[in-house]
Amino acid sequence: MKTTNEMELLFDSRSENEGFARVAVSAFLTQMNPTLEEVEDVRTAVSEAVTNAIIHGYEGKEGKIRILSRICDGVFYIEIKDDGVGIPDVAKAMEPLFTTKPDLERSGLGFVFMQSFMDEVEVESKSGEGTLVKMKKHIGKGQEIWTTQSL
Amino acid sequence: MDYLVEENCLTIFLPREVDHHYAEEIKKEADRLIERKHIKHVIFDFKNTDFMDSSGIGVIMGRYRQIHLLGGEVWAVHANERMKKILNMSGMTKIIQLFEEEK
Repeated sequence: MKTTNEMELLFDSRSENEGFARVAVSAFLTQMNPTLEEVEDVRTAVSEAVTNAIIHGYEGKEGKIRILSRICDGVFYIEIKDDGVGIPDVAKAMEPLFTTKPDLERSGLGFVFMQSFMDEVEVESKSGEGTLVKMKKHIGKGQEIWTTQSL
Repeated sequence: MDYLVEENCLTIFLPREVDHHYAEEIKKEADRLIERKHIKHVIFDFKNTDFMDSSGIGVIMGRYRQIHLLGGEVWAVHANERMKKILNMSGMTKIIQLFEEEK
């Protein structure tokens, strides 16, 4: 049986909302019976994308961040979108340790973390047109353990 | 956030979640103490921490740069498995000392 479930969040680009976004997304993810590690992986990836939107997309100014998440056939999809300044060179931005804000002590590891913790990460962005981060992760390592191990 | 100064050593008791929001606060207070109290070594205590993202790594990297110039060391203590993974992945374990408790 194919089941799909979707949710959408819209919130202000304030650093207080980073924690809110993580909690809301992990609460939505719970219905997939993820392992603790899978929850942590998603939480970290969401935190990185939302932080990027706040610091880089809106450069600390007010704006809206939209999260769209979908569960379908054991796969967790999430999109994080801002209408900020956009990224002129996405490939460059995704290089490990590259940061445009060394003065803010950014580690340059945001995209590295997203790529390490999710199965797929896609970034759509242009200067002045905002940024869309699409991520995907198979959930169900925990269920496999239950169904493949004899008791 | 709690901070403890013992001689020239500063212990920073990190919050439950070290993200960009809390990172800003930790940086400010840590830098103030490092300067005023003549700190040479910094210990990040992870006993209450179960979440850290790349903003937290930025905090550690920044403090490491300062402390390294002063000839001191940076330590991480009470890190759980997840925190160790994050510290390893980001290469932090190459520059800071990870204190492993004896089992």
